[in-house]
Amino acid sequence: MTTITKKAQSPIAHLTPEDVEEIGRELDRIRQQVIDSRGADDAAYIRGMVKTQRYLELGSRAVLLFSALPPAWVVGTAGLSVAKILENMEIGHNVMHGQWDWMRDPKIHSTTWEWDNASTAEGWKHSHNEVHHTYTNIVGKDNDLGYGIMRVDEDQKWVPAYLGQPIWNFVNACFFEYGIAAYDLELGKNLRIPQEKRSPEFTRRARNTLRKIRQQMTKDYVVHPALAIPTGSFLPTLAANFTANLVRNVWSHSVIMCGHFPEGVETFERAAIPEKETRGEWYLRQMLGSANISGSEAMHVMTGNLSHQIEHHLFPDLPSNRYKEVAPQVKALFDRYGLTYLERPLPQQVYSAWHKVVRLSLPNGFVETTTVKNAPQQLVKLFKMVTGDRKTRRALQARMTQEARRAQAAKDARLAA
Amino acid sequence: MLLTETSDGNRRGRHRSAPALRLRDRAVRLVEAATTPLMPADYLDLFAPLRSGAELRGRIVSVEPETADAATIVIKPGADWAGHVPGQYTRVGIDVDGVRHWRAYSLTHGPRPDGHISITVKAVADGVVSSHLVREARPGTLVHLEQAAGEFVLPTDGGKLLMVTAGSGVTPVVGMLRNLFPVTDSGVVRLPRSEAYDITVVHVAPSEPDSIFLRDLQALDAAGMIRLVPRYDDVHGVLDVEELETIVPDLAARRTLACGPSALLDALEAHHAARGLGLTIEQFRVSRVEAGEGGTVTFTRTGVEVEGDGATPILDAAEEAGVLMPSGCRMGICMGCVLPMKEGSVRDLRNGAITTAVPGETDPAGVKIQTCISAAAGACTLDH
Repeated sequence: MTTITKKAQSPIAHLTPEDVEEIGRELDRIRQQVIDSRGADDAAYIRGMVKTQRYLELGSRAVLLFSALPPAWVVGTAGLSVAKILENMEIGHNVMHGQWDWMRDPKIHSTTWEWDNASTAEGWKHSHNEVHHTYTNIVGKDNDLGYGIMRVDEDQKWVPAYLGQPIWNFVNACFFEYGIAAYDLELGKNLRIPQEKRSPEFTRRARNTLRKIRQQMTKDYVVHPALAIPTGSFLPTLAANFTANLVRNVWSHSVIMCGHFPEGVETFERAAIPEKETRGEWYLRQMLGSANISGSEAMHVMTGNLSHQIEHHLFPDLPSNRYKEVAPQVKALFDRYGLTYLERPLPQQVYSAWHKVVRLSLPNGFVETTTVKNAPQQLVKLFKMVTGDRKTRRALQARMTQEARRAQAAKDARLAA
Repeated sequence: MLLTETSDGNRRGRHRSAPALRLRDRAVRLVEAATTPLMPADYLDLFAPLRSGAELRGRIVSVEPETADAATIVIKPGADWAGHVPGQYTRVGIDVDGVRHWRAYSLTHGPRPDGHISITVKAVADGVVSSHLVREARPGTLVHLEQAAGEFVLPTDGGKLLMVTAGSGVTPVVGMLRNLFPVTDSGVVRLPRSEAYDITVVHVAPSEPDSIFLRDLQALDAAGMIRLVPRYDDVHGVLDVEELETIVPDLAARRTLACGPSALLDALEAHHAARGLGLTIEQFRVSRVEAGEGGTVTFTRTGVEVEGDGATPILDAAEEAGVLMPSGCRMGICMGCVLPMKEGSVRDLRNGAITTAVPGETDPAGVKIQTCISAAAGACTLDH
């Protein structure tokens, strides 16, 4: 992937400014259609979802009181994992987007909701709703692209440290809620500032986050295991809660990776975004910067309808249960304007996203020029790039880029013939 | 287990109550630690929404038609309902098409033995809530309540009273009369405490079939408990307050309680003031806010007033004027700028939709609006 402005063949070169504004008007029309028809059925949907989640969590935690028995452990852990996923994805994430604010119910409102996650609602609303959704896929502005620790684009210069990024990505997946909390606080940036110079705002938010983490940990790793002591289930309950958190973390990480990271999703250059982006231009960036997951009804609910990532990014404040209804209209709009509506099943999207993580952990062109036959030589080259100085690295990179280009040309010729 | 110890502590004497309270406190904190980030109440609400300690709610028990477009809604209030005095009203929060609305309604039964309360609602044209309550509300539905309030109550010392009611203004009066003169299968019950009252009711309605509670009033009149003077616009013409002295000859000897539309109440106030007569009034519907283009935005906590035109987001206008505002994406997505509007109207700049907050009708905490995409549509007050 290369930022859209540096591509030889821009996927939006055929669109006139009028086209872009027309797309904006069409999408506004679709949005209005949903707003005009929001009503009792939608309210019943989210209330039912909240109720189901709470019964499921209560039931699972009750079963886990007897988790010394293996079947109870399995059932309770599975139930709690699903409950945590529903709470974070279909409920928490969407409520905090203000998707249900129109109901004027103070119990289900973006300003009052707190979620079952290490990150505070306040921190999340800033980094996710405000930064990520406004500056979607702009390299250097949208921290969701690699969370500031990964190489997400060919244009980012490769350094040997990136070789470890598949591992970091895996660790980040396992402890995703803490990763998010750290990134909501912009922890990396703030910790580099000397303590006395850090803003009081950062100190306040860091304190809130630590309190939240302490409460979360106390609940999952102290109170509930302690309640299970009478049946001798302290450790099994602790393990079950840890597992449920792990499952939720890996699942939400996978879904989020699928939203913006699979091959084919466009990224944008900071300098190429106009100072005053029009509504149409913003919409277009959301259309190109997101990817959907196709699958069953249950899969959509478990992803919090982020499987409709494109629709979610176009209309982040529309009720999630309506995305599937507008998807065909949005897709038709993509087709009409010759744009690619990226949609694949979950395993393919996850594979694609991970493939990119691995590919970009290596120097540009490495994957393209490596075959089974030349693998040993390639590894030697990579070793030299890792151990060599900057000059060596630059020379080897130049050669590799050239080879990759040549290999691509040969492939094109074969295809043409 | 801990809670048992608490009650045990209470039994042993006062010197134990402080540690017992601490224990109870600790037990509550333990349960909170198990349910965080939710509150224990969020789970208890699943099973017992009307329990003591819950937010005040009620469950609709029955919906009984009164006329073609009015109905009495009987509600079982939550355990914390503190009771009411006949004539008082309560504010009811109910979801219509998924949106929470609040309205004030008179309680039309005096305190009842079964503990239920009732409101009587007349469906008015364009009345979102009233039409819903009369035509769509079903038994079993949960509603939100506030404790009874209002100064428009029956004087406790008896005496000669004139009650002037118009339209659904009859509802608080019916609440008072039912309390004074309970009706059973064997007829109206004469209570000793009711003998101190001499009541004349002037009941104004557009026509006879439009009158809610007419049968109740007629029954009381027939039993000699009150004197009823019905006034139908289609038969008698619209009531002129000057006629009151003719239809109620001993007007000067009576204290007047009046409930109805503002035009009638204004006329009565002028009429009674000129003659030095006692008058207590109750008016339900405040006049509607007409959405206009732009207006003054008042911030309650700072007292700052900002002039907003109809095309500028309140956020921008307020910041221009130096108000420190919460803000976020500035395009209506992130909800970082949401503030409660206590009163007034704003227009959504994206689609022109009007949002209105009316004290006494919408959420007491205010209607939350996104300031970055809302422009003033008339004067409005924000809690910030």
